[in-house]
Amino acid sequence: MIAALKAMLRRPSTALALLVIATVVVCALAAPWLAPFPPDDQPFDGLSPDGAPLPPDAQHWLGTDTLGRDLLSRLLFGARTSLLIGLVANGAAVAIGMAVGTAAGYWGGFVGATLMRFTDLMMAFPALLLAIVLAALLHPSLWIVALVIALVNWVQVARIVYTETRGLAERDFILAERSLGAGTARIVGRHILPHLLPTAIVWGTLGIATTVLLEATLSFLGVGVQPPMPSWGNIIFESQSYFQSAPWLVFCPGAVILLTALSFNLVGDALRDLLDPLQRGRG
Amino acid sequence: MALTLLKRLAGAALILLGVAAVTFLLLYGLPADPAAMIAGRSATAASIAAVRHQLGLDLPLPEQFWRYLAGLAHGDLGRSYIQRTAVGTLIAARLPATLVLMVCGIGVEVALGLTLGVLAAVRRDRALDRAVMTLSFVGVSAPQFIVALLLLYVFAAQLGWLPMSGYGTPAHAVLPALTLGLLGAGWYARMVRSAMVDVLDRDYVRTARAKGLSAGRVVLRHALPNALLPIVAMIGIDVGQFMGGVVVVEAVYGWPGIGQLAFQAIQQVDVPIIMGVTLVSALAVVLGNLLADLAAPLLDPRIRAR
Repeated sequence: MIAALKAMLRRPSTALALLVIATVVVCALAAPWLAPFPPDDQPFDGLSPDGAPLPPDAQHWLGTDTLGRDLLSRLLFGARTSLLIGLVANGAAVAIGMAVGTAAGYWGGFVGATLMRFTDLMMAFPALLLAIVLAALLHPSLWIVALVIALVNWVQVARIVYTETRGLAERDFILAERSLGAGTARIVGRHILPHLLPTAIVWGTLGIATTVLLEATLSFLGVGVQPPMPSWGNIIFESQSYFQSAPWLVFCPGAVILLTALSFNLVGDALRDLLDPLQRGRG
Repeated sequence: MALTLLKRLAGAALILLGVAAVTFLLLYGLPADPAAMIAGRSATAASIAAVRHQLGLDLPLPEQFWRYLAGLAHGDLGRSYIQRTAVGTLIAARLPATLVLMVCGIGVEVALGLTLGVLAAVRRDRALDRAVMTLSFVGVSAPQFIVALLLLYVFAAQLGWLPMSGYGTPAHAVLPALTLGLLGAGWYARMVRSAMVDVLDRDYVRTARAKGLSAGRVVLRHALPNALLPIVAMIGIDVGQFMGGVVVVEAVYGWPGIGQLAFQAIQQVDVPIIMGVTLVSALAVVLGNLLADLAAPLLDPRIRAR
């Protein structure tokens, strides 16, 4: 574990990515103490005399939004929304994908075929379109958005886990275990799932990037997390018509989304290199 | 060959049927009530019931689905609740704009991805390779709407080189196509690079080099064709990805394609249009994969021999 962490820190890009993730996590946890203003506070001097958002200055480091609220404070509280959805939605997606993939791969036959045909079906759905439809028609809220993302994102995990489980189920050590009289629960729980752990960890990390992007996109289209609860996507949604006169309102949250997604992708990729037994010992 | 094709076509038809069934169940099982939406805010229970009857929404669900499928078999996608026009006509009017966007976007993506991927593979582990691989990661992690807004800000609002939004001239297509293409190019560059690295280590490439062919000829004429196969499969998958991506890009640039049509319909709970666009998108995904499979043996004689 320590050795793994050291190996990851040796790559400068990964070390930087871990630093970004740590910063975002700290910001999300400590938002109430770090934020200079309450996120919903609309101070009387939050807008210019003619009602325009204030550009960044000493008092409002990143300026104010169209309602005169402090952008930095909203970004800090938005980190909570984005990370929460990232963890919950992606955790659920990986769990569903693991369950479907393992069941289909282990049992094979009719059950396996049915489950995998359903997975193929889900793959033919344009994921973003499906998510928009679901989120819009279900009256979007934080938990609905998380649910929708989980329902859309499990498919890839299921496919990969299925292939891996198929390979594992035919290996000799599983056959040996079965001939010793071990039941399904023991074989899956003690022998198959531990082998799938690297996949779960890698997708648990890479998936957060996808989830953060999807949440931002849904919120940007107005069918994600609803204002006044701040999310990185809906901050842009609320201020996109001002993006010519107040570009900081669009590009500050944009940069935060990009950096966060990039960091989770970099760490996930490094984890994949590290955990893949075929790659281990090579470089 | 004919049998495989037939099997694939049957499989594709089944997938489409499944997509239709799942979408239908989802849209009719959701709490949003289109009849109440259409009847308007001041509607009485009786007028909502009348609308429901008029649209056939009071029939049992299986019968509604059966009617929909029967219509589909005649090429009838139903009628829009709000616009009172055939969904087929609405989609047909919007589809060309989306197709233009898709062709341009995939064009940018493939051209850029191929060039960068080949360069990275040839200069493996050098600065250029590292730069391309890093950029490709940024491409994967950047949300489309932010890139769209950024391009809009720089090239339309600040520099004034290109129009802000709209449709009609080639200049209007530049930014939307770039938004779709730039981000996707990262994936292509990665795929091309890994396929090329694999091929460049083969014996026949060494032979080609040993007999004195120029570096350019070895790479372009001998190595690249063998690295193209995974790219073709990827274009097939990409067609499907694009159908989702166009919703965002069309929204930002005001591009009058089926993404806009779908987004408006979603906000108005215009179920027949949502069904229609979902089906057209699924059809694109299925066709894309099918074409990629069919193109594979044309590109690679080894697959043909099997």
